[in-house]
Amino acid sequence: MVAVSVSQRIASDDQLARLLQIGIVLEEVVEARAHHHYQSLDAELDEEIETLLADAAEESADHRERLEALIEGLGVDSVPFDEIESLVDARYGRTQPDDFDGVLYDQLCNEETAYKFYDDLIEAIEASDAEFSIDRAELMETLRAIRADEAEGVSEVTEVMERR
Amino acid sequence: MNTADQYLKTIYVVQKQEDGPASTGSIADALGVSPASANEMIGKLESRGLAEHEKYKGVRLTDDGIVQARDALQTYCIIERFLANVLAVDEFRAEARELEAVIDDTVADRLDTIIDREPECPDCFDPETDACACLEVTAAAVEQD
Repeated sequence: MVAVSVSQRIASDDQLARLLQIGIVLEEVVEARAHHHYQSLDAELDEEIETLLADAAEESADHRERLEALIEGLGVDSVPFDEIESLVDARYGRTQPDDFDGVLYDQLCNEETAYKFYDDLIEAIEASDAEFSIDRAELMETLRAIRADEAEGVSEVTEVMERR
Repeated sequence: MNTADQYLKTIYVVQKQEDGPASTGSIADALGVSPASANEMIGKLESRGLAEHEKYKGVRLTDDGIVQARDALQTYCIIERFLANVLAVDEFRAEARELEAVIDDTVADRLDTIIDREPECPDCFDPETDACACLEVTAAAVEQD
């Protein structure tokens, strides 16, 4: 077995770009799954869940664009949405929730996962003294804003779940 | 994946390779850390009931330790498979090692919804190649069903 790193720092542009790419994929997964939930439960959807899913998809698309702007500055390509969408499509049947509660729970997982991802990423960047070729202040500002959106998303979904 | 999980994963793999307790030296080598650092973390794992250390013999994971180590190994396999098959990263092993500390298992679980993994995972992990033995690396950027 080859030596592994036990450090949690991000040392280079390439590593940062890869992590931002993973963030983009996560957002794309959220967007595509929210769309699927919306379609699969279409006939029975009530307005509250409909709005929640539409907002989640819209927010993910916005986050994706902001992450894309960052990796563009690092000279790395984004991950095309249609490619991830087709992967979600291919495997959605196996992993789809089967009722309202399941949809809400899946949405909660989406928001919590995204929050955890950005939180770990921010922590790792803060622990690193690497100089990136994009502006660090702008990078952190974007990531913190996205993390705040995710935290808000978690509370929104939790609130709906508690009320039902 | 936190540092404790990286240790558990490594001890699990070394234990299997050595077919017995894992020596502190082998664990330190595999992780690229000093034996003193390895000893310190092994002590922490012991106090959490995840490993047992026998003097002159080495470290053995407890049942709880094995469960947690297998979860960590599975998370690692998901990261490798995701990098290789979705992002078409050539150096997916090296990158997985670099990124594993920053990727939490909840994040890996989400990534798992878009990759194909074999049911035998993580038993398919091959320590010699440091990768899943079932992992097919294709030139295509995106794997298709």
